[in-house]
Amino acid sequence: MTRRSYDVVIIGSGAGGGTVAQELSPLCRDGARIAVLEKGPKLRAEEFTGRELEMAQALYEDGGGFLTAERTMTLAFGSAYGGSTAVYTGTSLEPPQRVLERWNVPELTFADLQQRARKFAAENNVHLLEDGRINENNRFFVEGCRRLNYRVQQFPVNLKGCRGSSLCNLGCPNQAKQGTDRVQLPRAEGNGVEIVTRCEVLRLGERTIAARVHAKPAGAKGEPSSWEPGEYEIDAKVIVVCAGAIHSPALLMRSRLADRLPRLGHGFTCHPAIIMVAEHDRAITNFVGHPKSYYLDQFAESDRFLLETCMYFPFVTAKAMSGFGPEHSRFMRAFPRLQMILVLACDEANAQNRVTIDSAGRPVVHYDFAPQVIHGLVQGAVTSARIFFAAGAVRAHLPVARDPTMERADAGRLDQIAQHPDFKPGKLSVSAAHLQGGCAMGRGPEDSVTDGWGRVHGIPWLFVADASLFPNSLEINPYLTIMALADRVAEVIREEAHTLL
Amino acid sequence: MTQLSSVRPIFRAVVSTVVPEAGQLNERGWQELESLVETTLEGRPPAMLRQLRMFLRLIQWCSVLRFGRRFSSLSPARRARMLTYLEDHRIELVRCGFWGLRTLAFLGFYGRAETLQAIGYAANSRGWEAQG
Repeated sequence: MTRRSYDVVIIGSGAGGGTVAQELSPLCRDGARIAVLEKGPKLRAEEFTGRELEMAQALYEDGGGFLTAERTMTLAFGSAYGGSTAVYTGTSLEPPQRVLERWNVPELTFADLQQRARKFAAENNVHLLEDGRINENNRFFVEGCRRLNYRVQQFPVNLKGCRGSSLCNLGCPNQAKQGTDRVQLPRAEGNGVEIVTRCEVLRLGERTIAARVHAKPAGAKGEPSSWEPGEYEIDAKVIVVCAGAIHSPALLMRSRLADRLPRLGHGFTCHPAIIMVAEHDRAITNFVGHPKSYYLDQFAESDRFLLETCMYFPFVTAKAMSGFGPEHSRFMRAFPRLQMILVLACDEANAQNRVTIDSAGRPVVHYDFAPQVIHGLVQGAVTSARIFFAAGAVRAHLPVARDPTMERADAGRLDQIAQHPDFKPGKLSVSAAHLQGGCAMGRGPEDSVTDGWGRVHGIPWLFVADASLFPNSLEINPYLTIMALADRVAEVIREEAHTLL
Repeated sequence: MTQLSSVRPIFRAVVSTVVPEAGQLNERGWQELESLVETTLEGRPPAMLRQLRMFLRLIQWCSVLRFGRRFSSLSPARRARMLTYLEDHRIELVRCGFWGLRTLAFLGFYGRAETLQAIGYAANSRGWEAQG
């Protein structure tokens, strides 16, 4: 067992951890010792090959195949230097006022969060992609929406030097996405923060951390850890948990905090999603260009779904479609002619859906599809099909229909499908990448895990700064909101540095 | 001895039904496909491999009850009917089992560089520049 000592230890390097690291890094100039412990590896630039299976294995937890306890949904989240910001598409939306008001967290105002989100939008080069860089997969979405009088909107994205590889979700091979791996973590390191990769945190004690540094497996991508492989006990005056909505609550549970914090693990939401696919009668630009440039949120309140453009890779696309055999293959052989839309359901926190741990301390996510989630996914699928056909697609794949292949001439069948969908958990491929909740902010232990500044109730030296803080679904892509919340956590630590450190 | 060796004929019969083009693979192609599946399984809990083997054997013998012949001896049409039955089964656990198996079949087949070329997928890190 090796012993180390720091003033502040940040667990996780994603949107939350990377932000906290940068915002606390000026303290290093005054002699503070700060470390970030990241479970995943740091890849070298030339290791981002864009090859689907090898990149998923290198950058995602369980290669992107983490399953819920019921095995009816796949949860995708990054495990690498930069966390999920290494594998997102860089979409950067400000938190919605209606959601913040519904959250009703003490001392958390929309104006404050918006101001902080804008700070990071500027810092990470968030802007609208110029028109000439929009591919046809995105253009068809816009055209279809406009023909149907839907209020389509463009995603602000945090790109710099994007060459349009379309490989964002496999880690940008050109390092164009301005995630924490590109912006906040290098700055933090430049200011003296130590970043330790391949370091798995096992549990927390009273201002201590038990951790294990893993050796680089033979043939694996990434640099070895800067620490020797082995067991570590790390003293820290302040600990900031930023391990994401699954690992943060699980870590606190392993640290025997569940009795003090009965809401730990509760309130898990994730925007369950299905991928819609349609075929055009000619090749379109789809696997070139930024994949996620537009979205439609006008049905978020009424029908509880969002639509986003997307372009996935062959294996994920094959998995996402329902069925198998010749009909399935026919769509796959049409890959250069495919248009895709992602349907995300706006789920609500409820008593069933939560994170627990198994006997070995591993996280277990329980998730049942509530009727409103099924409604959102079905209505979103049907609306997507309308958009596909309005944009000129000749054939669409509706995974929520018993007979999923629909020719344009059969589009009249959509109303019938909306009323009588074939939604069977375990049959349909549902996945989620916006994992939220589990260490919610609130008033006290009876309704939450932390206060409105991310401080764990009753433990002044322990903070949480990631999407697990969300008391309920954010209903949009979460990264800027996570960064804004992490900024608040860093601020309170800086302000109290004289007593905490 | 590889992870799939004890269930290889059933596995290949299932993959060929899920992705009919897999039926045209030569031995090298099959080995490549199975190697991708086995590499994926290596990183997962050992229970998953046990469950996969068990589920494949279940398919083999359920076919005997349903069609009087083992799955690997059925005609392509009957194999498809058998798998559709599992995909749509009233018990969620059975549906999930088939979903997992189907996912591995897609992973093995669509993870191969040769398949990507065949379906015309050509994403390139140079993006727009590679379009010419």
